[in-house]
Amino acid sequence: MNDRPRTALVIGATSDIGRAIAHALAEDGCALQLAARDAARLERETRDLRVRTAAAVTAHPCDVLDEDCGVSLLDTLDPLPDVAVCVVGLLGNQAESQRDGAAAERVMRTNYVGPALLMGALAERFERRGSGVLVGVSSVAGERGRATNYVYGSAKAGFTAFLSGLRGRLAASGVHVVTIKPGFVRTRMTDGMNLPAQLTATPEEVAAAVLTAIHRRRDIVYIRRVWRPIMLLIRAVPERVLKRMKL
Amino acid sequence: MMLSGWGRHPALDCRLERLRRWEDLPGLLHRGTTLIARGNGRAYGDAALNPNLTLSTLAMNRMRAFDAGTGLLDCEAGVLLADILETFAPRGWFPPVVPGTQLVTVGGMIAADVHGKNHHAEGTFGAHVESLTLAGADGAMRTCSRAENADLFRATLGGMGLTGLILSARFRLRPIETAFLMAETLAARNLDEAMALFEASRDWPFSVAWIDCLARGAGLGRSLLTRGAFMDAGALPPSLASSPLVPASRGKLRVPFDAPSALPNRVSIGFFNELYYRRGRRRVRTGARPVHFDRFFFPLDRIEAWNRLYGRRGFVQYQCVLPKGKSAAGVAALLECAAASGQGSFLAVLKLFGSAGDGLMSFPMEGYTLALDFPVRHGTAALLDGLDEITHRHGGRVYLAKDAHCAPERVREGYPRLGAFEAVRAEAAGGRPRFVSELSRRLAL
Repeated sequence: MNDRPRTALVIGATSDIGRAIAHALAEDGCALQLAARDAARLERETRDLRVRTAAAVTAHPCDVLDEDCGVSLLDTLDPLPDVAVCVVGLLGNQAESQRDGAAAERVMRTNYVGPALLMGALAERFERRGSGVLVGVSSVAGERGRATNYVYGSAKAGFTAFLSGLRGRLAASGVHVVTIKPGFVRTRMTDGMNLPAQLTATPEEVAAAVLTAIHRRRDIVYIRRVWRPIMLLIRAVPERVLKRMKL
Repeated sequence: MMLSGWGRHPALDCRLERLRRWEDLPGLLHRGTTLIARGNGRAYGDAALNPNLTLSTLAMNRMRAFDAGTGLLDCEAGVLLADILETFAPRGWFPPVVPGTQLVTVGGMIAADVHGKNHHAEGTFGAHVESLTLAGADGAMRTCSRAENADLFRATLGGMGLTGLILSARFRLRPIETAFLMAETLAARNLDEAMALFEASRDWPFSVAWIDCLARGAGLGRSLLTRGAFMDAGALPPSLASSPLVPASRGKLRVPFDAPSALPNRVSIGFFNELYYRRGRRRVRTGARPVHFDRFFFPLDRIEAWNRLYGRRGFVQYQCVLPKGKSAAGVAALLECAAASGQGSFLAVLKLFGSAGDGLMSFPMEGYTLALDFPVRHGTAALLDGLDEITHRHGGRVYLAKDAHCAPERVREGYPRLGAFEAVRAEAAGGRPRFVSELSRRLAL
C-alpha cells in the first residue's frame, strides 16, 4: 500500500481553480467528492469529470454560508475523504463593500467564516481518524491590509491565520494542513482584468502545486515563486509608508 | 479589442466576451445587438468577428456523456478536438472526421462543417453529428437533428454560426486498435499523375496531396500524395506493440515573433517547396511505415503560432472546390495563375472529395479541392479575384471558413442551396437576423 490519497473532497468545485484541482486529483487516481453551492453547475462538472477521467465522482451540493453546512456535508461523505481542498472564495468589490455592510459581510463570510468552520469540522474527523490532508486556498491578499482590497484581504488573512493555527494544533496527530497562496490567477474572478503575465498563473498551475503540496506535505505554498519575494517586500513596508501608497 | 481569424487578416476592433455559463445567454441576447460565436479562432478570415459582440464559447467546454458501448459522445460546443483526442484516443476511440488541426472546437467544426483526409469515404464532420442543441435569438434552446427541426439542422451544418449559437452536440466516435496509421507517400510528376493517384487511392480511408504550387510547364501540379489507414494492433512492429494507443510525444516549437513580411518570397518559397519535394521523394523510397495519428493528421500543430510566419500583415488562405468533370482544367488554371503571380505558398494542398452532404452551406462537393496560402500584400486582392474568376468559370466555390475576400455574387453562384439556407435562417430569426458576422455582412448574407 502506498500513502497516496484515495478519496479527495473539493469544496468550491465549480470554480475554475476547483475544477482544475479536481481534474488533477482524478488524474492522480483519487475518487472525488465534489461540493459546490449551485446544484445544476455541480452536476455539469460531475458529469464532465466522469466522462473525461476514470475517477468515481459524487456530487454534494452545499453552501458554506449556511450555518449547518459543515455538519450536513460531512454526513453525506462516504467514505471520509483522505484529502479535503477548500477553494471557496469571493473577491467582491471593495467600493461596494465599503458602502454596504451586507456586501462586506458576504465577502467576509465566504472567504473566512464559512471555509474556516468547514475546515474546522473536517479537522475534527481527520484528527479522530489520525490521518488526512487539509488544503485551504487562501490568498497573498491576506498578508497585508491594502487600501484597495482590504475587506477581501482581511477575510483571507483570517483564513490564513486559522489554517496556521490548525496546522500547529494537528501537527502531532498525523493530520497535515496546507495553505495555498495564489497571486493572480486567470479565472472567472479575474475576467476582464489587465493582469501582468509574469505574475499570473493558470488554474492548472495552481492544481499542480496543490498536488505537489499534498504529496510532499508542504506547509505554505506560493504559486509562482516570484510572489514570495514580492510579499516579503510588501510585508516589510512600514505602515507609515504603506498608508501613503495606493497599493 | 483587435481581433482576427487565424490568417490575422482582416483585424477588427471587436467587443469580445467570454460565455461562462449558459444561464448568462438570455441576458446577452437581451442587449439587442447582433453577435457571433467564436470558438478557438481557427477560421482563417472574418467568420468569427463581430464588432458589436463576439462571444467566445471556449469556457463552455464540458463533456456531458459518453457511451462506451456505442462511442456516442455528448459534449458542449467549446470542447476542443484536442481534448477529445487526449481523453479518448488512449481508450481506443477516435473522431470519425478530423480537420488539419486539433485546435478547433466542436462548435467550430459543425459551423464550418469541416472535412478531413477521409472525405471521399466518410463525408464531413457534420455527417456524423446525430443531434445538436442550438440557442436562437429568442434564447430558446432547440434540439436539431435529421428527425427534429431538420431544416434548422441542415442549415446549421456549415452555416458559419449564422443560424444561432451551437450549445452542444452528439456524435459517434470510432473504435481504433492503435494510435498509428500505416502511411505511404507517392510522387506524382504532374497534375494528371496526381489525379490518377487519387483515383487509385479510393480504397484508402485517408488521402491528401501536397502540391508544389511553383512548378510550371510539364511539371505543373507535381505533388506528393500521402495515404494511410489506421493499423490493427497485430500489425504493429514490435517496437510499438507494447503501447499501441500511446499518446503523441510532441516536441513543440513556437514561432516567437512575427516574421518580417518579406520572408515569404519567391526565393524562400521556391527553396522550401524544392526541399519539401525532395524530402518527400525520399519518403517515397522508404515505402509504407507506421506514423502516429498526431503527425499524420496535425503536422502543423507542432509549430505553435505558425501563422506568424507570414508576417504582421497576415495571410489569406484560398481554398476552393471544383466539380470533378472540370477539376483537371480548373486546378491547372488555378495553379498556373498562382505560379504566374509569383506569390506561391509554402504549403499547397490537393484532395479529392466524395459527394456533398446534407448541410445547406457545406463546402465539399464531389471533385478536387485546392488550398493555397498567400501573404497579404500589394497585389493579393487582384490575385484572389483572378482565382475566384477561374473557380467560378469551372463551376466551383470557395470555403467560407477560409475566405476573407470573395464577392457576394460569387458565393451566391457557388452555393446553390443558399436560398434555402436564407429562408431557414430568416424563419429562425423571426425577423432581422441577430447572428451576424463580418463574413455574413461582407457577403450580404
